[in-house]
Amino acid sequence: MTTEYVTAPMPGVFYRRPDPDDPPLVEVGDDVTEGDKVALIGVMKNFHDVTASHDGTVTDVLVDNEAEIEAGQELIELTIDD
Amino acid sequence: MIRVLDGGISTTVQDLGRFGQYHIGMPPSGAMDLFSHRVANALVGNSPEAATLEMTYGGADLRFEEDAVVALAGADMPARIDGDDVPMHEAVRVERGQELETEFTTTGARTYLAVVGGIDVPEVMGSKSTYTLVGIGGHEGRTLADGDELAIGENGVDREAVIGNRAPESRLRDFEAIDDVRVVVGLCDYRLTDESRERLCEVDWKVTPEADRVGYRLEGPELDFVEREQPFGAGTDPSNVVDVGYPIGSIQLPQQPIVLMRDAVTGGGYATVATVISTDRDLLAQIRTHETVRFDAVTVDEALEAREAAQADLDAIRDALE
Repeated sequence: MTTEYVTAPMPGVFYRRPDPDDPPLVEVGDDVTEGDKVALIGVMKNFHDVTASHDGTVTDVLVDNEAEIEAGQELIELTIDD
Repeated sequence: MIRVLDGGISTTVQDLGRFGQYHIGMPPSGAMDLFSHRVANALVGNSPEAATLEMTYGGADLRFEEDAVVALAGADMPARIDGDDVPMHEAVRVERGQELETEFTTTGARTYLAVVGGIDVPEVMGSKSTYTLVGIGGHEGRTLADGDELAIGENGVDREAVIGNRAPESRLRDFEAIDDVRVVVGLCDYRLTDESRERLCEVDWKVTPEADRVGYRLEGPELDFVEREQPFGAGTDPSNVVDVGYPIGSIQLPQQPIVLMRDAVTGGGYATVATVISTDRDLLAQIRTHETVRFDAVTVDEALEAREAAQADLDAIRDALE
């Protein structure tokens, strides 16, 4: 078991949902595949996909929905089965 | 020819800008950080007019279908050519078939990629710059996307001769160290109360996520306007005036400040209370979302001196490369 973090590729606003009425893209306990869309970042009036860096299980979401984030900030914790 | 494998977050073709079209509402566009655009061109022996790629926050991935020499200038952006690290502010060789991969900027917001011969796109109204709001100039008037093909121009520069060109560090900008940008107060600063006029240049303004090529929307304390009777022809908001032209860099206050940048509307009905001087617009363009900045009031003469100092740095860089 190893822990990996999905980090923010850019500064902006963190969104867990593609639309306010939609469920979050991922919840703690979800299994994700590398490349899956797990969150969005809004910057410069556009939304950019944040994708899973590895195959694994979401064990923590470290940032609140609509929080301001910095480039490089850890957003989502993944646990990887080695 | 350069093939775009990934356009990055927001990559556009830019040059020095499109001039003389203000009367039809056409802003200049052009590189947001002209200093870095000029440095990138100098490194590869291009004239300052050559078009570069302006890459914002996250750069593009490109495959070169011909031999080329490129240089990166501006915000620090990790980059590799076929796995080998590419230094900032240095002219490097790219061979036909090689891929240039870039990552996210580590300091600053915008990185310029110059190539010997320049990026060759058709000129629109005398400029290769992209103005995305109306979709003109650059490559199809838009940000670059996977699959785009960009032609490289011919300018007679000897590629072998410029490889290894490095800009002297002492003449470059440290984007980590930018705390303030200089402004000339006016033209409509009389609309602010005396207290608010002073506060404008005394407080930290935070760059919001809505800061782009059109404008930098800032967040900070409320500023107050002098009570007045709404003049004929002005809107109802206290910050409205009868229409004025908007200089690039002018700061309007529809409640919270917006610094108009190179793709901004050219006139309208908001009071502009100060204007960021041209040299420091280059710096403002490198301040990232959520960072703070202060305004430092200077005279027009001081603004002209700042421009001369920046020109001296550019001249020194060009001289060092000859």
